[in-house]
Amino acid sequence: MLIRTNVNGEERQADVWPGTSLLSMLRDHLGLVGSKNACEQGECGSCSVWLDGELVCACLVLAAQAGGRDVRTVESLAQGDRLHPVQKAFVDAGAVQCGFCTPGLIVATADLLQHDPTPGEETIREALAGNLCRCTGYQKIIDAVRIAAECRRA
Amino acid sequence: MSTKVAERTRGGVGESVRRVDGVPKVKGQFLYGSDLWAEEMLWGYTLRSPHPHARIVSIDISRALSSTGVHAVLVASDVPGRKTYGLEIPDQPVLAIDRVRYQGEAVAVLAANDLELARRAAERITVAYEVLPAVADMEQALRSDAPNVHDFGNVLRHIRIARGDYNTPADVWVEGYYETGMQDQAMLGPESGLAIPAEDGGIDLYVATQWLHVDRDQIAPCLDLPPDKVRLHLAGIGGAFGAREDLSMHLHACLLALRTRKPVKMVYSREESFYGHVHRHPARIWMRHGATRGGMLTSVYARIVIDGGAYASSSTAVIANASTFAAGPYEVPNALVEGTAVYTNNPPCGAMRGFGAVQACVAHEAQMDKLARALRLDPVELRVKNAVSTGSVLPTGQIIRGSAPVREVIRRCAAIELPPAPSERDPLTYPGGAGNVSRGERLRRGVGFAVGYKNIAYSGGFDDSAECRVKLFSGPGGVIAEVHSAAAEVGQGVHTLLVQIAREELGIDTVVLHPADTSVGSAGSSSASRQTMMSGGAVQMACRAVRDVLFERARRAGLDRELAPDIPVAIRDGQIFAGARRVGALVEFLDEPIEQTRVYHHRKTTPLDRDGQGDPHVTFAFAAQRAVVEVDEDLGLVRVVQIAAAQDVGHALNPQSVFGQIEGGTAQGLGFALMEEIQLKDGRIRNPSFTDYLIPTILDMPPVVSVLIEEPEPGVPYGAKGAGEPSAIVSTAAILAALRDATGRELNRVPVRPDDLIGLAPPVQSSGPPPAPNVPYPEPVPKALGIL
Ligand code: FES
Ligand code: FES
Repeated sequence: MLIRTNVNGEERQADVWPGTSLLSMLRDHLGLVGSKNACEQGECGSCSVWLDGELVCACLVLAAQAGGRDVRTVESLAQGDRLHPVQKAFVDAGAVQCGFCTPGLIVATADLLQHDPTPGEETIREALAGNLCRCTGYQKIIDAVRIAAECRRA
Repeated sequence: MSTKVAERTRGGVGESVRRVDGVPKVKGQFLYGSDLWAEEMLWGYTLRSPHPHARIVSIDISRALSSTGVHAVLVASDVPGRKTYGLEIPDQPVLAIDRVRYQGEAVAVLAANDLELARRAAERITVAYEVLPAVADMEQALRSDAPNVHDFGNVLRHIRIARGDYNTPADVWVEGYYETGMQDQAMLGPESGLAIPAEDGGIDLYVATQWLHVDRDQIAPCLDLPPDKVRLHLAGIGGAFGAREDLSMHLHACLLALRTRKPVKMVYSREESFYGHVHRHPARIWMRHGATRGGMLTSVYARIVIDGGAYASSSTAVIANASTFAAGPYEVPNALVEGTAVYTNNPPCGAMRGFGAVQACVAHEAQMDKLARALRLDPVELRVKNAVSTGSVLPTGQIIRGSAPVREVIRRCAAIELPPAPSERDPLTYPGGAGNVSRGERLRRGVGFAVGYKNIAYSGGFDDSAECRVKLFSGPGGVIAEVHSAAAEVGQGVHTLLVQIAREELGIDTVVLHPADTSVGSAGSSSASRQTMMSGGAVQMACRAVRDVLFERARRAGLDRELAPDIPVAIRDGQIFAGARRVGALVEFLDEPIEQTRVYHHRKTTPLDRDGQGDPHVTFAFAAQRAVVEVDEDLGLVRVVQIAAAQDVGHALNPQSVFGQIEGGTAQGLGFALMEEIQLKDGRIRNPSFTDYLIPTILDMPPVVSVLIEEPEPGVPYGAKGAGEPSAIVSTAAILAALRDATGRELNRVPVRPDDLIGLAPPVQSSGPPPAPNVPYPEPVPKALGIL
C-alpha cells in the first residue's frame, strides 16, 4: 500500500506491506536510519519520533497510521553543523557511549524540555523511564538533560 | 635541570576529550550494522530449532525455495568448507548437522527480497525432528546417567588449583552455597551486518563485532576461502559486553551472498538476539573459608560449576577465570579450587563483562561478610586486613607484580559520604516508585560492601597482540596523522583514546582514523579491559616510530647538531623543539608521508599446570563498591539509594569516559543483582524480549559516586589499566550484601526476587558439591583428547 506522509518537513511516500511499522517505513523505505530498532516492541524508546508533535515509539505505530500526518525524527534537530542544544549537551556530558539509545533519548529529552523547561531530577527520570540505555548507567544522561535545560534558559 | 619536554597537546592523554563519534551519534548519522544498505540487497533470515535436543530426521526446503522473492535456502550440506566453528574449540555447526543441541540453534538460512518475505518463506521449510532427552541442568550433566551432549561427554574443562593444605586448622570456619542466574548482555544494537560478494570470488563483510580478525579466521575455513579473500570491515556497534565475541550472523550472510552473488543483510530481532548470542554462565558455587581469630584468612575451598550450554564458546577461559579469582583479592596461604565447565542443552554461554569474576565475587564477598560476622569484625576492616598488594602470591602461585592499591581502593570507597536518611519524601522515591502501594511503613535501609578484581588482557600464555599503523603527512590544512587500527569501538571510547594518544605523541591536533578493517593486522578483541593497554600501546609505539623517522629526516636535512642525542626533543603544535628551542616545522620534513606499523605485545604469561599453578594473568585492576539500598519488607521491592565506587585505573587517560565505564558497569551489576535473568525451563528460554527480560531503567539507577585511584601500572603505556569491567564485577555483590543487611536474610542467589526478600521463597539449597570429574589435566577436554 502507498503511504504519503510529511517527514521532517518534506512530503514523502513509500509502498509498504500493510503490517509495516512507521519505524520500518522510515528506516527501510525512506532511508532515515537515525531512529533505532532495539526492540520493535515498544520497550526501549530507541525509535522515539514525533507524530503530529506527539512523542511516540515509531515501532508501535503502523506506517498507515502516519499517512497524511506529520512525522519528525532525530534527523530534523540539527541545522547543518549546528547541533540542537540537547544534542550538544549529550556530547559534552559524555552521555553517549555506543550511541544506540541516543537518538531516542535526544528526541525524548527535547520533548521533555518543550513541555517543562526546568525539570527536576525526579521529573527527568520519570520522563525518560521509557528509554533504555545499556551503556551509560544514565548518570551522564541526567547531566546532559540538565545542561541542555540550562542552555535553553541562557 | 632538564628541559621541559612537551606541553600538553590539546585533546591529548589525560583530558576528558569529547568522543570522536559523538556528533554523528547524536545526529542519528552514525551507521550501525543494522543501518547498512546496498543496491539490490537481499535480506537473510535464520530458521532455528524449537527443541533443546533433537535429531534432525529430514529437512524439506522445496516449498521455501519456490516462494516469491526467495533467492536461496541453505542447509548444512551447502557449507563449502569446514562445517563447524568456535572461538576456542570448533564444536559449533555453521548450520545444524543431523542434530540440534539447543533451542535456537540455526538449522537453515535463506535470502529473500525483503525481511517479511524471508520470514514467511522460513515458515515453509519443513524440518522433521526426533526429540531427544535434554540435559537441562549443570549438575545433571555431571552424572554418569546423563545423556551426552557431545560424543566425548559433558565435561568441557576442569580446573584444579591447589596451594598448601586447604584443611589446615583454623579458628573459625564459614561455609556457603551460592547460585547466579543466566544474564544477557542485552546490548541495544541487535546482531547485524551486510555481506557483499566480491569480483575476486571473495567476500566483504561489514559487521558489528568485537574482534574482526578472529571472526575472519573462523569464517574463512568454513567458506573454503583463503583468509585474504575474506575482508571484514567494522560496522557501527550498538554495545557488545561480550555478546559479539562469537560469530552470529556473519557466516550465514556470507554463505547467502556467495550463493546469490548479491549483497545480503541480516539483522536479528530482539527475540532472535536472545537466541543468537551467548550469555553469562549460570554458576553454582560452594565455598568454605577458614581464618584465625584475628581475622587473617588461612584457607579457602571453592567448588565451582558453570553451565556452558551446548557449545564451547569461551567457556574454557571463563572457568579458568572464575577459578583463579575464586578467593577474591585476598592473601590466603592455603586453597583448593575446583572449577568445572559443563556442556548442557541450555543456550550456549560465553563472554560477558566480568568474565567469570562476577560469579566468583558474589560468592567470595558473601563469605567475607559471613566471616566478619563470625569474628565480630567490621567487614571493611576484614577486607583491608586481608587485601593483596604488590608482591602478594595468589592461589595460582602468581606473584602480583603490577600496581595493586587494594587497601586504598577499599578505604577511599568506604570514606565516600553516605546518603542522608530521607525525611519528607516524594512517594515516587519509595522502592518500586509509582508501583509502590505502601506508605513506606516497613522500609529498611541496608549497606553492603564488596571488593573484586579482574585480569586485563588475555591470560594463560595467550599472545593477544595488537597492531597499529600510523601515517603522518602534510595535508591541505596542515599536518595530519592517520591512525589505522582494527580495534572495535563498541561504545567504550577506544577510537577517541587512539586519537588522544596520537595527538599526545605526535604533538599535532589533526588526527583522523582510518576505518577499522582487516587490511591492517589484528588489534585483538575489545574485551578483557584490554584495548587501552594493547591498542593504546600499539598506537603509541607506531607514533614513536614515526617520530624517529621524522627526526632522522630532520637530522639529515642539517639539524644534526640541534637534534643531538643528549637534547630532549619534542613536537608540539606542529613544531619540533630541541630543549626549549624551536628548530623547525614538521611540514618541512614531510614531502613524503611517513608510515610506520607496530605491534604491541603484553608480557608473557603461562598456562596453569596440573595443580593450577602458573603465572596466568598479565595484570589486574581492582574495585570496591558500597551499596545503600532500601527494601520495602511488605512488598519485596528494592530501591538502590546510592552506589559509592572506587576503582584502580592506573592512570585515567580520559576521565569522563572512565567514569562512564564505572557507571555503566555498575548498572549492569545492579541489573544482575535485582532483575536480570534469562528464565529457562527444560532448556527453553521463557523470556526472550525486553518485556520479560528486564534491564535497569533510569528510575532504577541511583547516583553513582566514584573516585579513581591512580597508581600507574609499571611497564604499560601511560600506566593505564583498562576500566571496563571491575565495576560490573563488584556491584552485584555489594548490592546483595546491602540487601542482606536490610533484611537479615541469607539471599544466596542472584538475581534476588521480591519473594526472596520477604521470605516467601527459602534460600537455595544444595546437598553438597558434586565430586570433581575424572579429568586430571587443565586443558579443555576436547582439545586434550585431540578431537577438535
Ligand atoms: S524499537 Fe521501538 S520501543 Fe524499542
Ligand atoms: S549508549 Fe549504548 S545503549 Fe545507551
